[in-house]
Amino acid sequence: MKKVQTIVLKEWAEVFRNRMVLFSVIFLPLLMAAIPLAIIFASRGSMTSEQYGEMPAQVETFCSAELSSGECFQVYMVSQFMLMFMILPLAIPSTISAYSIIGEKTSRTLEPLLATPITTFELLAGKSLAALLPAIAATYLSFGIFSLGSWLLIPNPTVFAAMMDPRWLIAVFLVGPLLSLVSVNVSVMISSRVTDPRAAEQLTALLVVPLLAIFFGQFAGFFVINRELVLAGALFLLLIDAILIFLSTQVFQRETILTRWK
Amino acid sequence: MIQTENLTKQFGSTLAVERLTLTVEQGEVFGFLGPNGAGKTTTVRMLASLISPTQGRAIVNGFEVGKQDDQIRRSVGVLTETPGLYDNLSAEYNLRIFANLYEVRDPAGQVEKYLRMLGLWERRFEPTATFSKGMKQKLAIARALLHEPKVLFLDEPTAGLDPESARLVRDFIAELRREGRTIFLCTHNLDEADRLCDRIAVFKTRLLVVDTPERLRQRMFGRKVVFHLRNPDEIMVAKIAGLPFVSEARLVDGRLLVTLDDPESRNPEIVRQLVMDGAEIQFVGELRYSLEEVYLRLVRNDSVPADGAAFVLKNGVEKKK
Repeated sequence: MKKVQTIVLKEWAEVFRNRMVLFSVIFLPLLMAAIPLAIIFASRGSMTSEQYGEMPAQVETFCSAELSSGECFQVYMVSQFMLMFMILPLAIPSTISAYSIIGEKTSRTLEPLLATPITTFELLAGKSLAALLPAIAATYLSFGIFSLGSWLLIPNPTVFAAMMDPRWLIAVFLVGPLLSLVSVNVSVMISSRVTDPRAAEQLTALLVVPLLAIFFGQFAGFFVINRELVLAGALFLLLIDAILIFLSTQVFQRETILTRWK
Repeated sequence: MIQTENLTKQFGSTLAVERLTLTVEQGEVFGFLGPNGAGKTTTVRMLASLISPTQGRAIVNGFEVGKQDDQIRRSVGVLTETPGLYDNLSAEYNLRIFANLYEVRDPAGQVEKYLRMLGLWERRFEPTATFSKGMKQKLAIARALLHEPKVLFLDEPTAGLDPESARLVRDFIAELRREGRTIFLCTHNLDEADRLCDRIAVFKTRLLVVDTPERLRQRMFGRKVVFHLRNPDEIMVAKIAGLPFVSEARLVDGRLLVTLDDPESRNPEIVRQLVMDGAEIQFVGELRYSLEEVYLRLVRNDSVPADGAAFVLKNGVEKKK
């Protein structure tokens, strides 16, 4: 455990000196919290009861009888952007692990590291946790800022409760970390094959595409993300993570990496 | 301390190391010489359990490569071709990482010991990016020593260093030898190998020769004694060449060059003969070939004469005696 901790602390000491990584860990969560808060702020009292009937049908699924049309629209808009909180656990680990693994390649620090009695599992666990923990912390922080801000901006407790629906809590607190794990493992596998941190980062960024498809799918009214769908997604990610952890330890072959990496 | 038996490494169709069999004794500084791409680094990586052999066997510090890799990694220190330091981190933190990974009992104490020993203590909190090449190399050596390994693999420890830094590193290696550590030294610096190594191996995918630097010179060139004479002439040379223990005698730039096996006991007879023939002897000295000449001949010929045999030059044609 001490070796894993050593790797985690070493990674943080190294990667957080990189401005790009700092930007993604600090600025991105603030941005993700600010956008839905701005929507809440801008849509306060902006809709009359007459306009309610003109809203798309999918909006109605977000509304209850106690909500006015304006409040209902607020809940709908913010619910759309809740999916954006899932970008953080995908994007942040890829930025960190792209630099931490390929950084070892380019600075030729991996061979001395592999010459120590560290196991491949300890090394990968250290590197994965170093990418995973800041991503989860940033997601939770971002969601915390959003929750606090919406509590301050929304006078009606029913609206606030509708926004804090359990499906979003499951998404943020369960699906988020599972998505981070997907991102880390994909980064490890990509990093084992490419030599440029930017290439690894760009390839890992493609992971966001399915998430954007879900976002636009819900936005267009093709489907509505409910609690069952979120739980099914979490189970699916759990399975994917187990497969990816196995694959990444297989791809990370000490000998191949030492003799092939130039 | 290190034993290999037919150790072989193949990468696809490329044979990097072919049937390497050698033994390195405890406390020995063993030089491993060879041209670029000869397979030296691959050999070190196999012996340090970083990569596995394709065939053959190696025992390092009593542990078998491929079977007891963890024990090998705990008991050996490796200085890789490039220092491989975390440039953004301080010298002290660089060492502390490795002290933890090697599970050193007193990490802070060991880090301080080696930083002081190598003259880096005052700059311990500075990022290594600000260090000179020599300082980085010293820090990398300190990193390899933190867990007090009995066997050290040093891959080109003085490559790219200025003469002063190289001297410092060489002195430190000599100090490590005095401590009784076994050192496996890969180097291109033949003068360094000559000065530091008890034995050297010349390697080019396969082992060409292993011996002490001195015996290698004798095996490659024989022993030669130079007599500086005030009045050399061909008759004197002919008489010396006729002595039964002399392999060859010739005049080179007015100096008499004599090849023989045992100059310590035979030189007085040669001197007597020369004086009897009226020669005025100014100086007598042994002609010493550099290890570079030995090395170049070996890697170009890919072969070595058996012990006791010597190459001699007769009429400019190289012949085996």
